[in-house]
Amino acid sequence: MTSLKVNVSGLRLKNPSMVASGIMDETGDSMIKMMESGAGAVVTKSIGLEPKDGHGNPTLVELDYGYINAMGLPNPGIDAFGEEMEVAVRAGVTVIGSIFASCEGDFSLLAGRMEDMGAAAVELNLSCPHASGYGMEMGIDPVVVKAIVASVKDSVRVPVFAKLTPNTHRLMDIGNSVQEAGGDAVVAINTLKAMAISPESARPILRNRFGGLSGPAVKPVGVRAVFDLYSVLDIPIIGVGGITSWRDAVEYIMAGASAFQVGSAIGHKGVQVFGEICDGMLAFMRDYGYSSIHDMTGVAHE
Amino acid sequence: MNEPVMIKRIRRESSDVVSLFFDWDAEAAPGQFVMVCIPGLDEVPMSLSTIGPEKSISIKAIGETTRFLHTMGEGDRISVRGPYGRGFRPDGRILIVGGGVGMAAMMPLLRSTGADLIIGARKEDELVFLSECREYTKNVWVSTDDGSVGFHGNAVQLMNQVLDEGSYDMVAACGPEVMLYYLHQACMERGLECQLSLERFMKCGVGLCGSCVVDGQRVCAEGPVFDSATLEKLKEFGKFKRDVAGRRVRL
Ligand SMILES: Cc1cc2nc3c(=O)[nH]c(=O)nc-3n(C[C@H](O)[C@H](O)[C@H](O)COP(=O)(O)OP(=O)(O)OC[C@H]3O[C@@H](n4cnc5c(N)ncnc54)[C@H](O)[C@@H]3O)c2cc1C
Ligand SMILES: Cc1cc2nc3c(=O)[nH]c(=O)nc-3n(C[C@H](O)[C@H](O)[C@H](O)COP(=O)(O)O)c2cc1C
Ligand code: FES
Repeated sequence: MTSLKVNVSGLRLKNPSMVASGIMDETGDSMIKMMESGAGAVVTKSIGLEPKDGHGNPTLVELDYGYINAMGLPNPGIDAFGEEMEVAVRAGVTVIGSIFASCEGDFSLLAGRMEDMGAAAVELNLSCPHASGYGMEMGIDPVVVKAIVASVKDSVRVPVFAKLTPNTHRLMDIGNSVQEAGGDAVVAINTLKAMAISPESARPILRNRFGGLSGPAVKPVGVRAVFDLYSVLDIPIIGVGGITSWRDAVEYIMAGASAFQVGSAIGHKGVQVFGEICDGMLAFMRDYGYSSIHDMTGVAHE
Repeated sequence: MNEPVMIKRIRRESSDVVSLFFDWDAEAAPGQFVMVCIPGLDEVPMSLSTIGPEKSISIKAIGETTRFLHTMGEGDRISVRGPYGRGFRPDGRILIVGGGVGMAAMMPLLRSTGADLIIGARKEDELVFLSECREYTKNVWVSTDDGSVGFHGNAVQLMNQVLDEGSYDMVAACGPEVMLYYLHQACMERGLECQLSLERFMKCGVGLCGSCVVDGQRVCAEGPVFDSATLEKLKEFGKFKRDVAGRRVRL
């Protein structure tokens, strides 16, 4: 029997697809809608201690092969997010709580709150490229990453995932730091730092000037990152970046991913993208004799 | 994709609304909107009030960006992206209801259907598009809150009178959400289909960021026009919106 079921460090999912952080996952009802559309789990918008408006508009540039966004981590703060979690968890959504903070103590505090609110796992955003003092600014230092992951591991029982930035030449060192600190999985990749300039107005389009590139344009970078990480890590890898079709998802799995996330495609393909990817992948697995996702993980290395 | 466009002409519609016209060959449907960027200032959603090769947006000055748009002149440039969202899906005999600057979103539907029309405003000098509307439809009713012209009362009260006398298959409307809320109630009581255009704070405009959700529905993607069946299920419609940080607040 061909099956899409996966177990990522103890997190059991009906299929390997997840909603990537920041896309249609800031409210309880949005998360329910995404789960109903076929996602195996939903990663929340990255949540911090305090409410945050994020950057002013323009916050998004549409390109032929993706988007550049500089949302700037807008979020209602962990207290107000409680009511959204309650709605989603009560409806049976498998929620992975994404959090961001500027020090280990706050990461641990937020992780604990997420666990208390019913998150099945936490994802540490060590990788946002457009919020100063957060994300990527910490996530490119292996020592800092190790300290944060270790601290969070001490404070929660649910699996701890670390989301990595591709904006570094030390990706594998950072992956190793996560593993050494006891992290349960790495998630790769967050967006690539990017900029678009309007010739007519002779200035960057985004209010924040630079942002993060996502969508089909980043898929080859993401696949390479997962391939690299798989060659050095024993913990599972969750692949993300530009996945739009089942073929893209299979590329990530063959590069070494145990599960994958979809973000930008929810915008340009619609919420039914999860069902399409899972159906296509199942048919492919039947045709090519893979009985499980596990069977297919990392086969491109052989 | 951001498209720089040049303002060709400007038309003052009322004491506080102006329309900016520009050539832009994008395909658009009645009820769709664009994200309008003023480089160095802000980017805001605006309904298309004309959808041919020559397009327009009609802006009510309420804050910094909209006031700045009012100062723009012929030859000035803005940048637009879109058109986004799902517009109106006209079916049968239609009654259009536009409240205030919400009329902007209704103009393309009016031009393409010639449907009967109710325009509501607070007072006479805030009525928009009235003379142009008369070119497209025979039946135009006007309401003003202060009774300065037309029916003395709100657009929903007037609509109830019109519906008592005429027979329609659906109502299409845009305006302040309180008006839409009561309009929806009135249509439900009559078992009449309605399609309403909603507004929420927009950032990405393309269905990614979740800033514009009402319950789980994205106003920029599944909307801005929602049908009765969807509206009936929305717990936040007419009651709550989200602030810029995503917190639920009373409308
Ligand atoms: C789909 C849609 C279509 C619209 N069509 C029209 C139209 O045809 N004509 C028109 O005059 N207005 C329209 N609006 C409203 C218009 O976007 C706001 O009036 C405008 O953004 C105000 O900007 P400001 O800087 O002048 O005001 P501010 O002082 O910045 O804000 C005043 C109020 O405007 C609203 N607003 C500000 N920024 C945004 C944003 N990014 N998204 C949504 N609302 C915002 C908020 O409610 C805010 O409280 C539409 C809104 C939406 C969502
Ligand atoms: C609008 C938008 C908002 C995002 N917000 C977050 C966020 O809050 N936290 C985070 O870890 N990643 C965030 N991301 C990154 C995505 O989760 C994902 O890593 C990236 O977009 C690549 O995947 P994709 O090509 O499928 O979109 C965001 C991406 C987009 C497009
Ligand atoms: S404005 Fe971003 S999802 Fe609608």
